[in-house]
Amino acid sequence: MENPDSTYRYRIYYKKGEAIRYIGHLDLHRAWERSLRRAGLPMTFSQGYHPQPRMQQACALPLGFTSLGEVIDVWLVNEYSPAEIQQALNRAVPPGLEITAIEMVDLKSPPLQTRVRSSRYLATLLDPAKGDEVIARVTDLLNSTSLPRERRGKSYDLRPLIEALSADDCVEQPGKVRIHMLLSAREGATGRPEEVLESLGLDPLGAQIQRVELVFADPRG
Amino acid sequence: MLTPQEIQNRLERILLSVQKPGRYVGGEYNQVVKDWEQIQTRVALIFPDIYDIGLPNLGLAILYDLLNQRPDVLAERAYSPWLDMEVAMRSAGIPLYSLETRHPLAAFDILGFSLPYETLYTNVLNALDLSQIPLYASERTGKNPLVIAGGHATFNPEPMHAFIDAFVIGEGEEAILDIVRAQQAWKSAGETRADLLQALAKIPGVYVPSLYRVSYQEDGRLEKIEAREGAPTRITKRIVARLPKPTTRFLVPSVDVVHNRVAVEIMRGCTRGCRFCHAGMINRPVRERPIEEITAALEEALSYTGFEEIALLSLSSSDYTHILDLVDQLSRRFASRHVHITLPSLRIESFSVELMDRLKDSRASGGFTLAPEAATERMRRIINKPVATEQLLETARAIYDHGWTSIKLYFMIGHPSETIEDVQAIVGLCKAVLAEGRRRIGGKARVHAGVSTFVPKPHTPFQWVPCDTADQIRAKQDLLKRELRNPGIKLTWTEPEDTFLESWLSRGDRRLAEVIYTAWKLGAKFDAWQDQYRYPLWVEAFQSASLDPDFYSHRQRDLDEVLPWAHISAAVRPAHLKEEYRWSLEGRLRDDCREQCYACGILPQFAALRTQNPGPAWKCPEVKPKDQSARKPRMLVPN
Repeated sequence: MENPDSTYRYRIYYKKGEAIRYIGHLDLHRAWERSLRRAGLPMTFSQGYHPQPRMQQACALPLGFTSLGEVIDVWLVNEYSPAEIQQALNRAVPPGLEITAIEMVDLKSPPLQTRVRSSRYLATLLDPAKGDEVIARVTDLLNSTSLPRERRGKSYDLRPLIEALSADDCVEQPGKVRIHMLLSAREGATGRPEEVLESLGLDPLGAQIQRVELVFADPRG
Repeated sequence: MLTPQEIQNRLERILLSVQKPGRYVGGEYNQVVKDWEQIQTRVALIFPDIYDIGLPNLGLAILYDLLNQRPDVLAERAYSPWLDMEVAMRSAGIPLYSLETRHPLAAFDILGFSLPYETLYTNVLNALDLSQIPLYASERTGKNPLVIAGGHATFNPEPMHAFIDAFVIGEGEEAILDIVRAQQAWKSAGETRADLLQALAKIPGVYVPSLYRVSYQEDGRLEKIEAREGAPTRITKRIVARLPKPTTRFLVPSVDVVHNRVAVEIMRGCTRGCRFCHAGMINRPVRERPIEEITAALEEALSYTGFEEIALLSLSSSDYTHILDLVDQLSRRFASRHVHITLPSLRIESFSVELMDRLKDSRASGGFTLAPEAATERMRRIINKPVATEQLLETARAIYDHGWTSIKLYFMIGHPSETIEDVQAIVGLCKAVLAEGRRRIGGKARVHAGVSTFVPKPHTPFQWVPCDTADQIRAKQDLLKRELRNPGIKLTWTEPEDTFLESWLSRGDRRLAEVIYTAWKLGAKFDAWQDQYRYPLWVEAFQSASLDPDFYSHRQRDLDEVLPWAHISAAVRPAHLKEEYRWSLEGRLRDDCREQCYACGILPQFAALRTQNPGPAWKCPEVKPKDQSARKPRMLVPN
């Protein structure tokens, strides 16, 4: 007989692709729950009146973004090897989710979301643009000392949230201009790529945005 | 016509500007994508309301599965875009497209609309318009898709006759495949669209409205309905003799929809014979699924979908022969897996509480729902839903005793010959139920009275009666609002104007096609949405067609009147409906027909099917082959 209180924590690294990029944070949570159910991997549920499966995503990915570097922790009732989990899950995830790695994590390890420091993004403009012009605007923006903006009626400064910013012309597709950003992703200090695009005088709806990676405080600790 | 790639490129520009873009991209787990170029027949299944409502529709899920099982057919889906998306699509020049492959609907061979209720009609017109397909069937050519429709509302297809090429009356599981075969034969023969319609009219249960002519008397009543060009004079609904194996590979939506669950019909049809009930009259005979088939299907569906909820569907769950056994097995199987099981439409008896109690998991269940429909003995006899008040109160006591704090009671006002005393009794009953709750569990007890307004439906014993007028409805609702202003009681009701649209359309004739068209032109859509429905547009549309809406809603029909749906048969004899109507006037009850057959007409119509499918699969009595029936008069098919 299994110990009913047993629980094992696994960290899943995954990509969120084109097919599922219009699915928001909460819906993605549900998609993971159903994937685990389909994979036949019983989850640990919270106690109480509304038991919920224990899962923690590292950092919400805005709707419409694709990502190469998402991370979620899940708590399972039984112990498996990461390879077993990956094999079962590969068949069970919806189109657009792709698992890149799974590892077992110490139950006492701090919550993922407290360890996220910054987030690297790549924005590709949908329309052909002049790379030089965009690069010039990037330089201007980096030279500014503050970028006052408003978000939900509260004013804030975007500039300190930008840790790195550059633009280039895509080598494979000339005319496709790309903007690389490293933005702060700490609690209460989150830079948003759409806001950076707007500050560059670009329409966020005219760009496809990808999260390239999440940068954690201490690597995989 | 735009290519899928062009549609995709344009979509990318607009999707982030609309609410909930996940509705418009498909890509769900279990979605079926076939090679467009390699498939002979391409069908688009359309639910003419938003994705959130359409995706969980069981009828379309069944057809999607059945069609895609065929190697020569592909079925894809489309839903109505919400208002913001429609604006964005129109300004970007994006036609309505299929979620699976982004093909414009105009590129499909067959468009199949699901019409479970009437308030979707303007959305059908809007969907055709967004697809750049002529709205009127008469204006479509061989280049356009064949447009078909089915669902409960199409038992009176006449208001939509101008827009739909062919209707499936009744159950679609077999008919849809017949239609595909006819379409394939027609296409390979290279015949005209008229030839296709002729071929479709020969399929049992398929109604091709353009092959009928309707004439009217001076006062607006029908004169006659004539079949032309060899079309059948009467179209009898299609049924499947045995419910096919349940669908288990459900699409799993990646965004939240109204029902996120596995749904399995445990039984189709109902033997109770409530006289107001459209579903109860048109879904006969009662066919049950074997318990093993249900449990196996649920097990399979959960492993295919990962859903956290199961719904056991039927018109009257308590009447399923093995309900207790089923519930026991399911609660044993699924309790530990955090799977929630719902069991709707329970009878008003303590046994129902016992059933629900076995299904109760750690998740908080909402209220316990009961549907007495009427509050006086007299009215219950009229509508043929006998529930003794004492039995209701006893059931309420059991519900509160078993830990539920809230009871939802469904009532209807506007039943034939209803008086203000009958409405007053609703107040009394709600208070009595609350009083039971207070005695059992104190101040936590709640009652929610959901009071809708009765709409007379075609093919029921009440198809001849008028709907209440706005004044009558308001007076009754005012009384309820005044007297149920009570802590612990919540009242919800339907605005009279909302009721009227349903009452015009459900018993409308062919002339309503013009009204629907005009209303749509004036801007009517999403009429099923209280905040979108615009009553004045419909009044204006009636005026412009020189028709009186009251003629359809508030008129008592003569029992001999030619009703607009007279050529459509639900296989219940008109004489049976008339007798039921007369009995209602006398306050005479008709027993559950599970115990004894009352010759509603199903058995003579489907005698061959019943003979081929003996035993407990049907709740109708068995039909013996003809040579034996003479020796066993009790088994005779009633005529």
